[in-house]
Amino acid sequence: MSVLVYVEHSEGKIKKSSFEATTYGKDLSVMLNLPCVAVAIGNISAEELKLLGAYGASKVVHCNSPELSSFSAQSYAGAVASVAAEEKAKVVLLSASFSVKGMAPRVAVKLQAGFADGVISMADVSSGFKVRKGAFSGKAFANISMYSDIKVITISPNSYKILKGEGSAEVVINSYKPGAEENKVKVKETIRATDKISLPEAEIVVSAGRGMKGPENWGMIEDLAASLGAALACSKPVADAGWRPHSEHVGQTGVTISPNLYIAIGISGAIQHLAGVSSSKTIVVINKDPEAPFFKAADFGIVGDALEIVPKLTDAVKRFKAAH
Amino acid sequence: MKILVCISSVPDTTTKINFTPDNKSLLTQGVQFIINPYDEIALTRALELTEKEGGKVTVITVGDHSTEPVIRKALAVGANDAIRVDAVPRDAFFTASQIAKAATENNYDLILCGHESIDYNGARIPSMVAEMLRIPSVTICKKLTIEGKVLTAEREIEGGKEVVECPLPAVVSASEGMAAPRIPNMRGIMSARTKPLAVTQAVDVPKLSEVIGYDKPQPRSTVQLIPADQPEKLIELLHTQARVI
Ligand SMILES: Cc1cc2nc3c(=O)[nH]c(=O)nc-3n(C[C@H](O)[C@H](O)[C@H](O)COP(=O)(O)OP(=O)(O)OC[C@H]3O[C@@H](n4cnc5c(N)ncnc54)[C@H](O)[C@@H]3O)c2cc1C
Ligand SMILES: Nc1ncnc2c1ncn2[C@@H]1O[C@H](COP(=O)(O)O)[C@@H](O)[C@H]1O
Repeated sequence: MSVLVYVEHSEGKIKKSSFEATTYGKDLSVMLNLPCVAVAIGNISAEELKLLGAYGASKVVHCNSPELSSFSAQSYAGAVASVAAEEKAKVVLLSASFSVKGMAPRVAVKLQAGFADGVISMADVSSGFKVRKGAFSGKAFANISMYSDIKVITISPNSYKILKGEGSAEVVINSYKPGAEENKVKVKETIRATDKISLPEAEIVVSAGRGMKGPENWGMIEDLAASLGAALACSKPVADAGWRPHSEHVGQTGVTISPNLYIAIGISGAIQHLAGVSSSKTIVVINKDPEAPFFKAADFGIVGDALEIVPKLTDAVKRFKAAH
Repeated sequence: MKILVCISSVPDTTTKINFTPDNKSLLTQGVQFIINPYDEIALTRALELTEKEGGKVTVITVGDHSTEPVIRKALAVGANDAIRVDAVPRDAFFTASQIAKAATENNYDLILCGHESIDYNGARIPSMVAEMLRIPSVTICKKLTIEGKVLTAEREIEGGKEVVECPLPAVVSASEGMAAPRIPNMRGIMSARTKPLAVTQAVDVPKLSEVIGYDKPQPRSTVQLIPADQPEKLIELLHTQARVI
């Protein structure tokens, strides 16, 4: 029996969110007295996969058949479920990325397992198996009891502290091949902005709204984000107006994020916006209107003109980074 | 082309959320229920596709009679008919099983869902239904077109997007941008009253998980304001107090 962690990678590198999931998997496996096994799919080197040992995986199963070289929810779910069966996994853990959101429910159905998504803290295994997640767009938490023998859970990025120790994992090859009927979704084109930090996984997010007046003022937002190593986000009207791409729009109808630091600039703080960002650990609001509703949801605030404040803030960040 | 659109009835984001004294369920009194915003997008795209190619749009919801206003709204927007599986959704596995059963009975070319419901924010149902039906799925799509028996969709991936092609039947989940939701007109509202709404019994499935209690987040302590001319003060607080940089 085991706790199985699904590991994602991008351009040959294991994603940070997967180190987080592995740490979570290891801590859970200790409580359940089971080994922690990782599974990775597609093109990635054994050297890179061995790194998972330092985060607590004793073994890494690598499904590397050519049919699995590009992501398909169906075939990837098939591979994970097959490895879960071989490793007699009691819990299958995944980090809730866009792709995982499309495959984890399939893994659960294949294993006839109970499913919980976007879990935000360690499972409570003192009696039964309970997990906690956000509900009602950030307005509540739901505590869920899972009754099935096997459980599939996805964890919300940035919800568990990564712990790196020593060690190297053993990597074993698994020859799982998806059936033709599992591989019907064909990728025609990938449009990737590689230099960008992925929004759902980012630890720091700099976000701006209509208060920036126009797209011509985004240079200073990009500078601030670059100085902090942050991802960029925006409010819905900004994306609707075409000032920024829709992939940066956060909120109820956009991406939901929970970074350690969210800096909202020229955003009023409408409830639909808060729905996507309220679980951020620390919120900073910069707005010229002291009555802006966002200040009620913020930890730190600056009242004033963003066009003047943001460049000064960037300079302050640069000075800080130079000194530390 | 036959399209099934899965709609869920959810509390309007702007309404306040409260729970029953045992904290096990939502207090629905005074709560305004709406079509899940993503499902509205999915429904609109389904209508656009059938208007162009010919066909029929059926909406399905798993819910008790209190969900009927939302179903009627979907009919008013333009769906041809509706199915209501008469049960209070217990967990995602339960809901997906009901939708999969209805889908098996009716052979749809396409099943369109919202990317996630704004009450449980799970993004579970579309992929579960696809797996139960053993058909492909493309989730979090911002664009969807259909040519003959093949769909082309643009789906979101980390730090970018991906254009994929997939044969029908398939499940697609809609995200912001796939279509602009329509507002029902008077004729739509009138005709919705007489459009067929079939109420069916739920199939029994094992209970794999359940919500045992809800609670609300601790309110944030009041905001600490920093003078506009002292940005370095903010950086210092983020470093020493919040420990986020
Ligand atoms: C069904 C539905 C779903 C929605 N989903 C989303 C969603 O997912 N995400 C989302 O963001 N919104 C969403 N909205 C829209 C939401 O209700 C708000 O309209 C939107 O968030 C407002 O964007 P904003 O704060 O950028 O603009 P505004 O509300 O116009 O606010 C601009 C702010 O900038 C401030 N400002 C102006 N000039 C300056 C300056 N020089 N310096 C500093 N501050 C300045 C103003 O004081 C104001 O507070 C949704 C709405 C609906 C109905
Ligand atoms: N009770 C329900 N009845 C019908 N469709 C539903 C129901 N719940 C969720 N869905 C569909 O599944 C999508 C994702 O919901 P969820 O998995 O709950 O986030 C929604 O946008 C709907 O399209």
